[in-house]
Amino acid sequence: MKSNNLRKQLAIPYAIFLLLFVVLPLLVVIYYGFTNGDGQPSFDNFINFFKNGKTVGTLIYSFAIAIITTIVCLALAYPVALIIAKGAYSKKAKFLMIFVLPMWINFTLRITALKEVLTLIEGNLAYHQFLNTIICMVYDFLPFMMMPLYNSLTKLDDGLIEAARDLGAGKRQVFFKVILPLSVPGIVSGVTMVFLPSMTNYVVLDMIYNSTYIMGSLIGSYFSAYDWHNGSVISIVLLLIILAITYLSNKYTEDDGTAARVR
Amino acid sequence: MLKFFQHIFIWFVLLFLYAPILILMVYSFTDSTMIGTIKGFSMQNYITLFTTPELVEMIIGTFTLAIGVAVLSTILGTTGAIGAFYSKRRTRGVIEMANQIPVINADVVTGFSMCILMIVFFKVRKETFLPLIIGQTALCTPFVYLSVLPRLKQMDHQLYEAALDLGCNASMALRKVVIPQIVPGIISGFMTAITLSLDDYFITTYTKPATFDTISTYVVNATKGAQTDIKTALWALSTVIFVLVALYVVAQNVIAKKEEKKN
Repeated sequence: MKSNNLRKQLAIPYAIFLLLFVVLPLLVVIYYGFTNGDGQPSFDNFINFFKNGKTVGTLIYSFAIAIITTIVCLALAYPVALIIAKGAYSKKAKFLMIFVLPMWINFTLRITALKEVLTLIEGNLAYHQFLNTIICMVYDFLPFMMMPLYNSLTKLDDGLIEAARDLGAGKRQVFFKVILPLSVPGIVSGVTMVFLPSMTNYVVLDMIYNSTYIMGSLIGSYFSAYDWHNGSVISIVLLLIILAITYLSNKYTEDDGTAARVR
Repeated sequence: MLKFFQHIFIWFVLLFLYAPILILMVYSFTDSTMIGTIKGFSMQNYITLFTTPELVEMIIGTFTLAIGVAVLSTILGTTGAIGAFYSKRRTRGVIEMANQIPVINADVVTGFSMCILMIVFFKVRKETFLPLIIGQTALCTPFVYLSVLPRLKQMDHQLYEAALDLGCNASMALRKVVIPQIVPGIISGFMTAITLSLDDYFITTYTKPATFDTISTYVVNATKGAQTDIKTALWALSTVIFVLVALYVVAQNVIAKKEEKKN
């Protein structure tokens, strides 16, 4: 009996760490979000956030950037993942590696490289701000979309595709009725890998324009002004968005579970 | 015909991912200060990179921090995973939920909340490096936990019982029986922790001492500065890192192949 306790006790340091440095910071943020400068409870921070045209505008703009980035990443990564997973390439895993490898190079260095090339092509980056933002974001996050898509596509049973063909489905039907629905879990986890970071990663914009209107940078600006209360409000708004996305993506993976059981 | 378009598409995405890095690599060996202007061959960027004290300190600092954080996260995450695995289902569920927080949270929020907790709430000075180390550890440990846990699930549990029956005490059985079986998970968790720490910008920028820089924070500041010799020295740094990452991936492939042959 004693020996079994030792194994359990190994979790204690990590449990304490999680409590102190993962759960407690969030509680502190919630505390600062709902109090004013005098430490009195107040909703003013939130009211100000949603009344202020600039902050709401930033929220919408961040959403727009994140949605477009995610769609473009998906549009580029899905065909590539599909071709590698189901195409005639012999060394699939190695080939995929080439697409995922940039993930391990520091992203600030990669953006520097892209910035140089874009400057060479366009002359001045200021002319196409939105386009450049999307290009840089896609460049940064594309490798993260590739992996989950490939994983779900490569697990997809070839027999199902053949069966659909034998039963008379055309190429389009095979894709829309078999391949696409069965790769939904991969799409969902790829989207969650890209959407949230692209909504908050203001450094990419910071590097190409020195000025930004994206959610993360609001936190950054309040941070440099030592305004913990308003910074916390943005953090809480972001946390709520994260919770919503996580809830939705869990729902979809559950759907996948039932689909797998039917199979 | 379809095959042809598939090839074109794949090569287009590859070009997008690699052209900037490769162009920068070529220019890192010249004395031009802007890409697009061809000048003579020069190793000056590499000499600057490895002889400027500021740059050398920054690189050594980044890697020292990454290794330190990875060691810490690996110990915490591995013991945490073993402990949680053998705990009651409810305890394990709570740990797992808290473990998920840094994984899905936006890095900006993790960094900001860590900063408020450590600096405003606990009044720890940034110069102690504690906020930085703890912040990065809080980000990396969950990934170690997640890569160790599947190995524990696959493990043959009767071996542990057998070791106890044959006279091992609990800690010996853990060290000689459990740990060796989960080593691959521990190693891949360690590597993930290293890459996360090397790539991190947000947690670092909110918690680092003012005089300390990692590659990420240094590069972001350098892109705003006007020092061209530093800028081009960073091209050399990109080249070095790209080569190291590529070598690592190739080495991993070779090792995986050897393992395959052994089995």
